[in-house]
Amino acid sequence: MHKTFISQNPSVLWFIGLLGLFTLAVVVGSEATGTGLISTSMVKTLGKTLCLCLIAIAMDVVWGYCGILSLGHFAFFGIGGYAIGMWLMYARTEIIVLGSLEGQVIKPTPQEISDAIGNQIFGVVGSSEFPWLWAFADSLFLQLLMVVLVPGLLALVFGWLAFRSRVTGVYLSILTQAMTLALSLWLFQNDSGLRGNNGLSGLQNIPGYEDTSQAVISLVFFLGSALALACGYILFAWVVSGKMGSVVQGIRDNEARVRFLGYRVEGYKLFIFTLTAVISGIAGALYYPQAGIINPAELAPIASIYLAVWVAIGGRGRLYGAVIGAAFVSLLSSWFTGGGAPAINLGFYTILWTDWWLVLLGVSFVCVTLFFPKGIGGLFDYLVRKPS
Amino acid sequence: MNNTLLEVSGVSVSFDGFKAINSLSIQIAEPELRAIIGPNGAGKTTFMDIITGKTKPDEGKVIWGERNISLLGMSEADIANAGIGRKFQKPTVFEAQTVRQNLAMALKNPRGPLAVLLHRKTPANAARIEAIAEEIGLSASLPRIAGELSHGEKQWLEIGMLLAQEPRLLLVDEPAAGMTVEEREKTTDILKRAAQTRAVVVVEHDMEFVRRLNCKVTVLHEGSVLAEGSLDHVTSNPTVIEVYLGRGHA
Repeated sequence: MHKTFISQNPSVLWFIGLLGLFTLAVVVGSEATGTGLISTSMVKTLGKTLCLCLIAIAMDVVWGYCGILSLGHFAFFGIGGYAIGMWLMYARTEIIVLGSLEGQVIKPTPQEISDAIGNQIFGVVGSSEFPWLWAFADSLFLQLLMVVLVPGLLALVFGWLAFRSRVTGVYLSILTQAMTLALSLWLFQNDSGLRGNNGLSGLQNIPGYEDTSQAVISLVFFLGSALALACGYILFAWVVSGKMGSVVQGIRDNEARVRFLGYRVEGYKLFIFTLTAVISGIAGALYYPQAGIINPAELAPIASIYLAVWVAIGGRGRLYGAVIGAAFVSLLSSWFTGGGAPAINLGFYTILWTDWWLVLLGVSFVCVTLFFPKGIGGLFDYLVRKPS
Repeated sequence: MNNTLLEVSGVSVSFDGFKAINSLSIQIAEPELRAIIGPNGAGKTTFMDIITGKTKPDEGKVIWGERNISLLGMSEADIANAGIGRKFQKPTVFEAQTVRQNLAMALKNPRGPLAVLLHRKTPANAARIEAIAEEIGLSASLPRIAGELSHGEKQWLEIGMLLAQEPRLLLVDEPAAGMTVEEREKTTDILKRAAQTRAVVVVEHDMEFVRRLNCKVTVLHEGSVLAEGSLDHVTSNPTVIEVYLGRGHA
């Protein structure tokens, strides 16, 4: 069965091969293990990009294959980030607090330790009490469970309500947008229990590995991200191939017809929506330790819209298209907004790319939609002729 | 009739005050080939919508099968799984997928997401797909993308998808629309063969096509049954002539 899966999806083999080569190149070039040609911050950028590619293929499955234009998938990404961030912050603060209390003659009570940790974490929002949200923050295992459970449950409940009422098209997009906006606004509150607009920070410091250099940590996370992307790619390629892929693409093209064939469309949509939400959560949990900080702005509606733009530019309905779109646009974006692109002096006006990048992105999005509806990935159709 | 498969009795439905169906009663036996004719707006498509669960009637009963199950309140998917297949007026096949994939999706198999995800291709299923393709004359086209098929071939593919569902009742909406004479003949043959073992209801505009089906005819007008019987019987009915000729229909 595996043989037929690969032979029917040669792009999977190509993708894994190229990802493997790329990973090898980064390992060889990194400061931790190799020549140091690639700086640690660059390794982090590349690792983060792989996480963005992972959420992009999730978006491609839910939108490009199943036809649900979700404009809220970054909410799941952010939840994954917050879930792992809580443990990272708690465990690291605990180590620091225990260290500072060590020399005292009278042994501190557990309550005193807890208060000290709470004070460290929540002092910034004028509190020292642990909110109920942090009940499991001391357990890495439970917080890792939260990375998949919370996005999964949220998607399950949200999707069940929306799909059962047969909300489709632009109305569903607006609903998902409202979901991520509501979540982001709630997180901005100081009493949300997640440090309001300060967010969670210092996430690049892994508790227990204080003596390990960032070069090594960033490379480990890069490798983890590459592995997650590879597994995610294979998983989604499997889901959208075969009969499941037939039904899911049938729902995209003619939902009513699939219903009259006897399939309960709601169940399929819910399955795809929830699965992609869980993968988005995992992508977020890998992304934010590399970014070092997460704050509510990350869940702003615009992030999810960017995600749709990446997938559209890369090419909907093909997984490698989503990867190309996410990698290409997000790297280009950091080049333009990071001052990498030279300003263009027109004499009467100087084009500063930090200001004009968004305009360029918007124009390219419109052009791709109008003239290349298959996106960058569509170029591969000219290279490879599909055997009929 | 003791072999009644579907019994529609006293069904009415109105849209914004317009009565699309007005206390309509029809019985379909198994096996049976039945043609439903009527001018535009007679309620033919709404009739199918009600049976397949797309439209909920304001009053009346729709009873199905030996166990006299009411179809009202069941979802489209449940009704389809109970054994009612529907072909739409416009050919609606999944154009981005191959003929084989279209048929495979329609094949009678477990419909749950998990069963579909773990579905493996079996020789038995492949043989069923081959047999259906043979029946609708698309054996050579199995690997083709359905979007490339001609209009007539798409109609046959959709009929093939219906057969693949192995329904007890086939509802076929204007199967001959836009077909050439030879294509029509072939379509008639497919439907007649299908009706030997199951109930087939054909909604049609075209009198010539109905004549070729050579079956019992129900004439709908303004949402209720105007006449029922052989084609010659109903076409000699003065009200039927008036309804058709009065609207400029020959």
